Amino acid sequence: MVSGLINENPIVYEIKERRDVRAYSSNTDELSVDAIDQLEVFDHIRDIKDPEHPYSLEQLKVLTEDSVEVDDTKSRVRVTFTPTVEHCSMATIIGLCVRVKLMRSLPSRYKIDIRVAPGTHATEAAVNKQLNDKERVAAALENPNLVEMVDECLSPSFE
Amino acid sequence: MINNLRVGLMEEINFPQLPDNQTGLSVIVRFRGERERERDEGRRMDLMEKNMELIEVQKLEGHTDRVWNAAWNPVSPILASCSGDNTTVLEETHTRTVRSCSWSPSGKLLATASFDGTTAIWEDLGDEFECISTLEGHENEVKSVSWNASGSYLATCSRDKSVWIWEVLGGNEYDCASVLNGHTQDVKMVLWHPTMDVLFSCSYDNTIKVWWSEDDDGDYQCVQTLDESTNGHSSTVWAISFNAAGDKMVTCSDDLTLKIWRADISMMHSGEGYAPWTHVCTLSGYHDRTIFSTHWSSDDIIASGAGDDAIGLFVESKQHDSVNGPSFNLLLKKEKAHEMDINSVQWSPSKENRLLASASDDGMVKIWQLETIP
Repeated sequence: MVSGLINENPIVYEIKERRDVRAYSSNTDELSVDAIDQLEVFDHIRDIKDPEHPYSLEQLKVLTEDSVEVDDTKSRVRVTFTPTVEHCSMATIIGLCVRVKLMRSLPSRYKIDIRVAPGTHATEAAVNKQLNDKERVAAALENPNLVEMVDECLSPSFE
Repeated sequence: MINNLRVGLMEEINFPQLPDNQTGLSVIVRFRGERERERDEGRRMDLMEKNMELIEVQKLEGHTDRVWNAAWNPVSPILASCSGDNTTVLEETHTRTVRSCSWSPSGKLLATASFDGTTAIWEDLGDEFECISTLEGHENEVKSVSWNASGSYLATCSRDKSVWIWEVLGGNEYDCASVLNGHTQDVKMVLWHPTMDVLFSCSYDNTIKVWWSEDDDGDYQCVQTLDESTNGHSSTVWAISFNAAGDKMVTCSDDLTLKIWRADISMMHSGEGYAPWTHVCTLSGYHDRTIFSTHWSSDDIIASGAGDDAIGLFVESKQHDSVNGPSFNLLLKKEKAHEMDINSVQWSPSKENRLLASASDDGMVKIWQLETIP
C-alpha cells in the first residue's frame, strides 16, 4: 500500500437533491415491469465510498448522473467515472466497486461496461481493459483483501 | 465461492436430477443409446443450401454458479463441466475456481486448471474420480490446460504470463519440461496442435504465439507471434481451435471478431522446417460482445460463443475466390442461447450426431443438436 494518500486534498462537491426512492414502489400495477433508467442506476452507485476518503463518489464528482448510460431494451449499461487525479492508482478499485455494486443490484440479464472518462487517466486503456475482463474481475474477487476493501466502499451504498 | 467440476450423467433425454449429496467428480454423464440415424448421403453437401436449426436437446442445471468450461471425453460419451460453485470433493484439491478442464487423448484422465495456481490430474475409477497428481509452479491463476495428441505432454498457462510444458512420466509422475516466457500479459488459453507437437497460446496481450522444438529435444522456442501487424487481433484473444486436419485454425477475441488462419503443415511433416501461419479471413459483425470461445468441428463447422448470449455457426463458402482464398459464411446464429454470457462451446466428437455443448454464466450447460429442418 502507498504510504501517503494518492489525493491529499480532494474537492468535495455539493450533491444534488435526490428523487424520493420510495416513489419506485408506489407503482400499484403488480404486473408491470418498470424500465430501469439512468437515475435508478445512478442511485445504486452514487453512495459508494471513495477508497481513500470518507466521501461518496458522487460528492467527489467521480460519478454523476450523466456518468450512466442505460439501454433497458438491450439490457446494457455503461458507467464512465472520473478519477480525482490523473495518476490515481485507486482507479481500478473504484471501477471494481462500481461493477460489483451493479452486479449485485441489476437483473442478471444486464451487460455492464465500466470505463474511465476519456482523457482523465494516465493509463486509461490499461485500466479499462482490466475492468472489463470478467475473468480478471472474477479472480480479483477471490482475493479476500480486495473483497474486504470493496465491501468497505460499498457498505454506505447499501443503506 | 470455491470450485466445482461436474462430470454429468445423461440418459437419453431424461436427465436425472442430482441429489444434494452428489458432488464434483462423483457424477458421470454418459449418453445412452445414441440415436441411430441413417447417414444422410448429402451430409457433407453445402449446409448453406439447407435449412438448419440448433435445437436444445438437454439442459444440465446442476451448477449453482457460472460455468466456465465444458469438455467432451474423446472416447466415451461423457461431458465434464467446471464452475465457480461449492463442492466437497474438489475442495481438498483445488481451493479456488476451476477455470477449465481437459481430457487426455485416452479419455482416462482429466486435467483441471484452477485459479489457485495448480493443475490437478484426475483418474476415472469408474464410480469416482481420484486426484493422482497436482502440478504446481505457476505464480497465480492457471487459465487453461491441454494434452498433446499422444498424451505424452501437458501444457498449462497462467496470468503470470508464462506457458509451462509438463512431461507425462510413468507412475502418475509429471515433470516440468519447460517454462516458456514471451507473452507480456495474462495467457488465456493453451492448445497443442492436433497432429504435431507444436504448442499454441493466446493472450491478454492480443497475440497468439507458436512454440516449437526444432530438434525435438524438448527445447521449445517461440517461432511465431501473430499480432496486429500480421492481421491479428486488436484485443485479448480468448480461444484457439484447429480443424481436424490441423492445417487451419480459428481464433476469437474481445475485438469482437473470429479470425481464420492457415499453414502449410505438409512442409512441417516432411521435415522442411517451420511453416508459418498466415491470416485467411476475419469474421466480424456477428457478435457485439466479447467472443469467449470457438470450436472447429470434425465436419468443418465453426461454433462461437460470446458475451451477447448467442452461439454462432460458420461454414466455409463454396465460392472459392482464387485471389483471396477461402471465406466463411454464417450458417446460423442462435440468439439468447443462454440468459447470460457464453463461456465455452464444444462440439462432441461423436460422429453420429452434430452435438454442441455450451456453458454459461447463467450456471447452465446446454446440449444442442444441429438438424436440418425438413
